[in-house]
Order: sequence, then C-alpha cells, then structure tokens
Amino acid sequence: MSRVLSVSQAINEALTIAMETDPDVILLGEDVAGGGTRSGDDVEEAGGVLGTTKGLVTKFGPDRVLDTPISEMGLIGTAVGAAATGLRPVAELMFIDFLGTCLDPLLNQAAKLRYMFGGKVRVPLTVRTVTGAGMQAAAQHSQSLYWMTAGIPGLKTVIPSNAADAKGLLLAAIRDDDPVIFCEPKRILFQAGEVPEGDYEVPIGEAAVVREGSDVSLIGMGATVATALEAAELLAAEGKSAEVLDLRSLAPLDEDAILATLEKTGTVVVVDESTPRCGIASDVAALCVDRGFDFLNAPVKRVTAPHAPVPYNKALEDAYIPSVARVIEAVRECGI
Amino acid sequence: MDLTREELLEAYRTLRMIRAFEEKLNELVTAGKMGGFLHLYIGEEAVATGVCSHLGVRDWVASTHRGHGHCIAKGVDIRAMMAELFGRATGTSRGKGGSMHIADVQQGMLGANGIVGAGIPLATGAALSAKLKGTGGVAVAFFGDGATNQGQFHESLNMAANWKLPVVYVVENNGYGEFTPTDFVVPVKDIATRAGSYAMRSEIADGMDFFDVYEKAGEAIRRARAGEGPTLLECKTYRFAGHFVGDPLAYRAKEEAEDWIQNRDPLARFEGQVLEAALVEADDLRRIDHDVEEELAAAVVDAEAAPPPGLEELLTDVYARGES
Repeated sequence: MSRVLSVSQAINEALTIAMETDPDVILLGEDVAGGGTRSGDDVEEAGGVLGTTKGLVTKFGPDRVLDTPISEMGLIGTAVGAAATGLRPVAELMFIDFLGTCLDPLLNQAAKLRYMFGGKVRVPLTVRTVTGAGMQAAAQHSQSLYWMTAGIPGLKTVIPSNAADAKGLLLAAIRDDDPVIFCEPKRILFQAGEVPEGDYEVPIGEAAVVREGSDVSLIGMGATVATALEAAELLAAEGKSAEVLDLRSLAPLDEDAILATLEKTGTVVVVDESTPRCGIASDVAALCVDRGFDFLNAPVKRVTAPHAPVPYNKALEDAYIPSVARVIEAVRECGI
Repeated sequence: MDLTREELLEAYRTLRMIRAFEEKLNELVTAGKMGGFLHLYIGEEAVATGVCSHLGVRDWVASTHRGHGHCIAKGVDIRAMMAELFGRATGTSRGKGGSMHIADVQQGMLGANGIVGAGIPLATGAALSAKLKGTGGVAVAFFGDGATNQGQFHESLNMAANWKLPVVYVVENNGYGEFTPTDFVVPVKDIATRAGSYAMRSEIADGMDFFDVYEKAGEAIRRARAGEGPTLLECKTYRFAGHFVGDPLAYRAKEEAEDWIQNRDPLARFEGQVLEAALVEADDLRRIDHDVEEELAAAVVDAEAAPPPGLEELLTDVYARGES
C-alpha cells in the first residue's frame, strides 16, 4: 500500500521508523524540536525551520531529539563523536551552504576516522541538509554543494528526486555504517508523490532508470530529474526517445548504470544544478569518455549552473537553474 | 543627556523609519510582491539606532540576516534598499544580493549576512584595518544571542581583546535563536558574562530603551576610539515579529509577546520619554511619521518602476576583473 506524501513528510516518516526500530538513533540540530518541550504554555514545537521534524520530539522526547545552539561546528562534531562511540545520530545541517561553518568535522574527522584507525571504528552518521536554489534565498542559502562532500573519500552523498526514494534512501543512510550526507533539494521538498508504507530501504549506490528511451540519455539528480523528465516528454512529442537516469547516489556513483544507459543510447546529457567546475556533471562526463568511449556517438553535454554565485533576482535565479530549454538545446547540439 | 533637539528628532526619525520600513516589507511580502527570506527587525529598533547614533562614515558596521535596521541606522539609502529587495538593478547590490546581503561599503556598511556569526570576524578585521591604517574609525558587529554559540564569536573576541582592537560587539539578545528559546541552548543568564573569558569589558543595556543603549554604546565606542580596547555590549531586546516573514510563531506564548509589544515598545518608550521631558513636541514626531510614510511610499513606487538587472549580470562581478 502507498499514500501520497510530500518529500518532507516522507523524510519525517523515515526518521520515525528509524527511531522506532533502533534506540541508538538520535536527532540533533538547530530547531529540530524548536521549543516543543517547554511545558505549561500554549506553544508547540517548530520541528525544524521547514517543519520536517515536526512531532518527533513529542514522540521520542528531548533526550533523543536535541535542539542544539546555532553551533554547526559543535553540533556536527558532536554527532561525529557520538557516531564513533555507539550512537547512530542524524544531524541536521539546515542548509548545505553552512558546510562552511562545519567542514572540519566532516572532512578531517567523520570521513577519515575509520581509515586512520585501521578500520577499528565505525562512523554511522547521517547529515540531512537542504540544497539548491529556487526560493530566492540568494547566495548563502541556495547552493548545491553536494559535489564537495561527494569528492571526499570516506563520505557518502545521496540525493533523492521524489518522496518514495527520499524515505528509502534516508532509512538506508541512517542504517549505513559510514557517514552519509543526505541532500534535500528545496525545489522538491514540498512536492508530493506515492510513498510505500512500512519499512524499506533504497540501496545507496544504485541509480534508477526513471524513463526508458533509446536516442539519448538524460542524467539528473535531485530536482534536475524532473527537468530531465519534462525534456524527455517534449522530445517524445518530436518522436525522439530519451532515457532518464536518476543518479540518486553521488558517492558512491553507480558507474555501471551510467555506462549501461550510454551503451544503449550513445549520447549523454548530464543535468546538474551545481556549478560546473569539479562537479558531478564533469565526473559523469569523464567516466563516459574514459570507460564508455566506444559507445559515444556525440560529445557528452553538461547542463549546469554557471560558474557564479546564486543571484537573488527571480529572473536571474531562474536563468541560473538548468532549464528544460537548455536540456533540449544540449540534446540538439548532440545532433538529435 | 547630551542630545540636542535636532539629534533627538533624527534618532526618532531613524526609529520610525526602521519600524515603517519593516512593516512595509511585511505588507509587500504578504501581498506576494516580494520574495526571498526576510527577517524583520521590528521591536529591536532602539539597539541599531542607539549604537549607530555615535557612528560616522569612517566607522564600520557588520550585520546579520536581520539587517535592515542596521543598514538604515548606518545611513544606507532606503530607496536603494527597497530597490534591492525588489531585485532591481538600482538596488544596493544591483538586485543580486537581496535582503540578507544588503551592503553599502561607501557608508561603512559591511553587509547583512546569511551566515550566523559570520559578521563578527568581518567587523574584527575592519577594526584591524582602522587600527593599522590609523583612520580613527571603529567597527561594530551586530549579532544575535544565537551567534554567540559560534566559534567565530569566541575566536574573534579573543583576538580583538588581545590586540586591543577598536571594535564593539553588540549582541542583540532577543530571547530566541530562530525558533529555539535562548535558555534552551545557553547555560549563562547574561551573554555579557562571556566577555570575562577574554578579559574584555562588558556591559548590559536595556535594548528597548534608546537612551540606555545610546549611553552605554557611547562609552564603549569612546573607549574603542581612544585605543582602550573592545567591549561586549549585550542589549536585552525582543523580536516582535517572527524569525522570518511567514513564521507561524507557534513556538512562543502569545501572552509573552503581547507583554513586550504592549508594555516595552521602544518607539512608544522613546516618545514618552522625550515628551515628558518636554524635549520635543508631539507635532514634531507626527510630522516625522508622515514624512517617513511618504518617503517609503515613494521608494516603493521608484523600486517597482526600476529596471531589473540584465541577464548578462548573472556572470558579472564574480571576480574583480572580467567575467567568469
């Protein structure tokens, strides 16, 4: 059985299941409870700045749902320490832009403890974080920095494109014994979709073909999967068949799935909301050239944001985010 | 009190302009005319006004996500601010920054900031510049109680105290860090006590009282300017509106907010004080109210009519020279 839930509600459900099934799972972050445990007056908990964790402090209590100060370095570092010593924390980094305030615990601690200690420790940490543009939140609240975490050995990075995957990927992330960065793209957070009931996981490291096709492969992640699907629909109207691959996991990257769709269509367009340098789109393109050269019928095209900060003005922000029109243009440049 | 009638009227004008500016924004966002994340300063006007009354163009201010009041008090043109909020090319940041990045370096305004605590080292650096260049300027960092739980706060205070920098750290303790009550996450009653770890002078002011802030900030700024080192000035205040426009405010008790709004409004308090002491006439204040409304209405009309930045501006100003 499934019901229609928003991505945000699906995440809340995954957190509930994870906490019910494992007493070591705790939540910590800024406003994750949000005043909800103050007794005796007419207040209710905020459940996070976007309401994603609403109700959890009531259900699981303030020992397992911890409001932290606005101390990202401290809270992420504490979560790393707790993860290395027996808990299975889910820390919330409100926006991925705030990575700047807590990079060391992720870069030099979480990612490396196991390796540096000769495999004698596990760091089962999940960091949930909101990513991407689309709300006119401007340069410091709109970035898609998953390329940074995906590039750090020892960290895993996943990004769902829909509510069902959000639930399953989050459960898999929490139960994974390595640190996982779980991205929540702003543009899909309140989009609704069918979500299966009960406890299930979407395996980390597996991409999904979300639309079958034979002429061109459109590869997206997070919110750009919908962009790719829309482009595929327009191409279909012209009699062109586009396959859409949802990466879901950025690290590890499902190289087999990327090469399989390339082999099938011979043409790849990657749609990535982050900036173009050193990014996922470049990684996928390099993989196609390096290991899929014989399958290629056309250049690998990357449709990304420009090498610029995210602007505030709505028209500029719209122009910043990869559009359906730019995807179609890239497909045309491939001669299709 | 050493304020002249003109200075008092100017202070009232700033208080009123901040209040009216924020109320106008609330109206515009609610009407769907403005987007983005907006954090209103309503209730905290006496802090920015009391502190900035002592500052000139050579002095620096670094602000926060709740930055409109600091900008206005520091002398940033409200027409350019309004245009920025509408995302227009005539805005302070050419429409590319928005509410959390309004800045005017010519006016000594180092910007609002989207990162909690990030303005604190910026002001510390500005104080270092002022000291090394011998400008006689001071720097003021405004930040909330929440920011004092960031490493950047502690690291900056330590350096500034050690180097005797001309800087004043103004913490606007409004009782909430976003949605979370300060006493949930901070074990000390007064943030000011945190200065003790850095052998720094501290002071507590009633942030709802312009005159108390004015006096205590004045002494802190005088000392900074005289080379006597930094001060941590805690202003106890309250955010009348939500954390951001659209915040349903379910996490705080209505009676608590009502009490502050009804009994401790900094504008009403200022008016009561100056009228009681017969320093100005009520007519003077009403004339200012009227002028402020007209100025704001004109700013909205101008902003709406102003051109947006061209699409080519997506790639300009990424670097100092040339395009990316």
